[in-house]
Amino acid sequence: MEAFIKRLNRKYQHQPTSLLMLLREVQETYRHIPRQAIDLLALELDIPKTQITGVIEFYSFLSATPRGRYDIYLSDSITDHMLGKQALADYFCEKLKTPLGTVRADSLVSISNTSCTGLCDQGPAALINGHAIAYLSKGRIDEIVALIEQQVPIIEWPAALLQVDDNIQKSGLLLSRSFEKGSVLKEAWRRGLIETLMEIEKAGLRGRGGAGYTTAWKWKFCYEGPEGYEFCDIGVRRRHERYVICNADEGEPGTFKDRVLLNSYAHELMEGMTLCGLITGAKKGFIYLRGEYLHLYPKLLAVIEERRAAGLLGTNILGEYFVFDIEVRLGLGAYICGEESALIESLEGKMGIPRNRPPFPVTSGYLNQPTVVNNVETFIAAAHIGLRGGEWFAANGTEKSKGSKILSISGDCARPGIYEYPFGTTVRQILSDCGAEDVLGIQVGGPSGTFISNQEFDRKIAFEDLATGGSFIIFNSCRNIFEIVQNFTHFFAHESCGFCTPCRVGTSLLKKQFDKICDGHGSSGDVRELQELAKLVKSTSHCGLGQTAAQPIITTLERYPELYNAKLKQISFEPGFDLDGSLAIARMLTGRDDSNAHLAQVEEE
Amino acid sequence: MKHITIDGQQVPFEDGQTIIEAATAAGVYIPHLCHHPEFTPHGSCKLCTVNVNGRCVSSCTFPAQEGQEIANNTPELNDDRKRLTQMLFVEGNHFCPSCEKSGNCQLQAVGYHLNMLDNHYPHFFALKQVDGSHSEVLLDRNRCIFCALCVRASHAEGKDVFGIVGRGINKHLEVSSESGKLADTELDAADRAAHICPTGAILVRGTAFKVPIGQRIYDHHDIDEVSLGEEHGK
Repeated sequence: MEAFIKRLNRKYQHQPTSLLMLLREVQETYRHIPRQAIDLLALELDIPKTQITGVIEFYSFLSATPRGRYDIYLSDSITDHMLGKQALADYFCEKLKTPLGTVRADSLVSISNTSCTGLCDQGPAALINGHAIAYLSKGRIDEIVALIEQQVPIIEWPAALLQVDDNIQKSGLLLSRSFEKGSVLKEAWRRGLIETLMEIEKAGLRGRGGAGYTTAWKWKFCYEGPEGYEFCDIGVRRRHERYVICNADEGEPGTFKDRVLLNSYAHELMEGMTLCGLITGAKKGFIYLRGEYLHLYPKLLAVIEERRAAGLLGTNILGEYFVFDIEVRLGLGAYICGEESALIESLEGKMGIPRNRPPFPVTSGYLNQPTVVNNVETFIAAAHIGLRGGEWFAANGTEKSKGSKILSISGDCARPGIYEYPFGTTVRQILSDCGAEDVLGIQVGGPSGTFISNQEFDRKIAFEDLATGGSFIIFNSCRNIFEIVQNFTHFFAHESCGFCTPCRVGTSLLKKQFDKICDGHGSSGDVRELQELAKLVKSTSHCGLGQTAAQPIITTLERYPELYNAKLKQISFEPGFDLDGSLAIARMLTGRDDSNAHLAQVEEE
Repeated sequence: MKHITIDGQQVPFEDGQTIIEAATAAGVYIPHLCHHPEFTPHGSCKLCTVNVNGRCVSSCTFPAQEGQEIANNTPELNDDRKRLTQMLFVEGNHFCPSCEKSGNCQLQAVGYHLNMLDNHYPHFFALKQVDGSHSEVLLDRNRCIFCALCVRASHAEGKDVFGIVGRGINKHLEVSSESGKLADTELDAADRAAHICPTGAILVRGTAFKVPIGQRIYDHHDIDEVSLGEEHGK
C-alpha cells in the first residue's frame, strides 16, 4: 500500500487540492479507504486526518468499509421510480442474493441506492463500479448478474450494456450549429478581447445553471478582482492569478443536458472556457465533472489532448504566447457540490460545504483567487457569441431572457430527451412536442424548482416566469403527488451538507413530518406545523440547498391543499407521534403481534 | 462615522466590521452560539439571523454597510431563533438537569433568553459516542452542536485535534488520532480548545462542580448581559 500511495502522490504532485482524485483511486483499488491510507495521505499531504475522514464520510462514493468488487448504485430519482425502479431493485437484489444497502458475504458484490444519476431519459439507471448502465430491465439484470457471477471485468462487458444515448430530440440556436474548433478564439483575437466581452454583454447572456447572473459582468469582475484592475491593462494580465471553473456537477434530479453537451459538444465547451481565460487573464481552468459521469471522463481527456495538439490549449495558444490549460476533476457523489462555493471547496480537496458570502467566488474563489464559475451550457453559449456576436444571440428569446434554453425532459411523455427552445416558449408547446398527454403537473427546475399544475400551461420558460436550470419532469394524472414530494423531501435530507442548523436538522424534520402525514398519522395541526417548518428552513438556511429544500412541499401545498387535508385524520386532538409505531420495539422484544399488542389512535365515541 | 440601523437604533460601524461586531460594540445583543469574537466567523448555528432590508442574513458573517435597515429583536426573529434552538435540542441528547455544564451552558442560556419552554420537535434519540479516554478532558458527543469552536481553537493552537466530519444529520465531531480516541491526541487540559465549548460536549475533568448548580452564571444572569459584558472586558 505504501508504494501505491507514493505513486499516487507523485501522479498528483503531492497537492492536497487533489485529495478527491487520490481517494477515488484508492477506493477503486481497495474498494474502500483503508485506515493506513488515511495515515499515509495525512503525512504525505500534510493535512489533518480529520480532513480526510471528513471527506470520506461526506462523499457518497467513498467508503470507510469495503464495498463489493462489483459495486452497484441504483439511481433513486423519481423518474427511475416512474419507470418501475422499485420492482427491478427487488429483482436485482433477489438475483444477487444481496439485500439493498449491503455487501454480499463473499464480497463479490454490493448494492445500494444513490441520488439521481442523470439518466432520467433512459432509466431506470444504475452505476456499476462507476460505469453508467441505462434502460434497466429484467432481461438486462439477468445479463448483468451472469457477468458478475462469472466475474467478467466490466471493460469486457458487451458495449450495448454500457451505452448511453444522447437523445437529442430538438435542436435550436446552439445545438444545431456546426462548429470548427479554434474559430472562436481566432475571431476573439481578431475582434479584440474587450470587444468580445462587450459582445457577450450585448448578447444579454445569463448563467444557465439557474441563478441567471449576467455572464459578462462575472467575467469582468473576475478580471478586475479585489484590486480593481483596469480591464485594458495588458501588463496586469501576466501577473494575474485567476481561475475558470466549469460546473459540470449536474446533480439536480431530472437534469441531464450537461451529460449530452459534455459528450457531443466538448470542443464548444472548452473553447468557451478558453475564451473566458483569455478575457479574465486566467491560465488555468477546471471542469468539475460529477462522479456519476465517469463514463465521460476519458472522452474529455481525449478532447483536451486533441486541443493541446492543435495549439488550442497549453502554453502557446494560437501562436500568441497565450497560456491556458484545462484539468478535469471528478466529484464523488454530493449534490451540494453543484453550489459554486461548495464546488470550490471540493476542488480544494475538502468537504463540499458552501462558504459564507460575501466574498463571492468572483473576488475570492479557488485558492482565494478571483474565479469564474459557469455552467456547461453558459460556456457553450459564450463560445457561439464569441464567434457570431451578441446581436445574433439577442435576437432570440424574450426581453429579459435572451437566447435559448436546453431542457432535459423526462417522465410521462412519448419522447424524453434533450430539447432546445428559445426563451419564452410556453409549457403547452413543450408538452405537445415531447408527446405528453393527460398531464397532472410538471416539476420545472427539479426538486429545488417549482411544481406547476395543469392550470399553468401558458406559463413560459424564462428567468422572469419559470426559471429553470433545465430539468423538466412530467407527471400524468395516474401519479401520486405525495410519492413525488416524498422522494424529493428525502433527497434533500440525504444531500444536506449539515453545516447549518436549519438545513441539517430542518430537512430531517421535514422528512419526518411529511412522512407522518403521508402515512396517515397527521392531524390538522400537522399541516400547519409542516408549513411553518418549511418557511423557517427556507428563510434561515445557509445556501440554496436549504433555501429550496422545502419547495416541493410549499409549491404543492399552495396548489393542492385539498389533497393534504384529505390525508389528515379526522380527530380533534393532535398526537405528537405515532402511538402504534412506538410500540414496534416492545412487540419485537415480546415476540407479540396480536391485536392487544396494537393501539389505534382513534377518538373515543 | 458610518451607521447602520438596528431596530430603529443608530449603530456606528467601521469598515470591515460584521453586523454582530458593530452591534456588540454598541451594546446591542444578537443571540448566537457559534460566533466568538476571537475566532473567524463560522455562520452555522443561524441564531444570529437578522433581517437586513427584507432579507435574512447571518449577522456574524455579513458585513455592516451604510444604509442597512436591520430588524433584530422582533417577535418573529426571536420565534425563529427559538425554533432553531429547539432543533439543536432534539438533534442531540441534552439532559440539562443531569449535565455538569448546567447553569454555565450557552445553549441552555439561549433557551432561557428565548423563553423556550419545550423541545417542540420530535426527538431524534441519536446514538452518539462518549469518549472518556483522556485523563483530563471528557468528550460527550451527545451535547455537540457543531459550532466548530473547538475546531477553530485547536487549529489556531496548531494542533488540529478536532474536526467535524460527515454529511447532513450524520455529522459528528472527530478527533485526530490513529485510534480515534481523545487520549491519543495532542490535546492538553490547558488548551483553549478544551475550554471553549459553549455546551457540555467538552469538559475539563475535576472542575464540573466547583461552583454548585444554582450559583452559576446563567442561574442569575441573562445571556445578553453576560455576552455583552464579556466583550466589554468585564
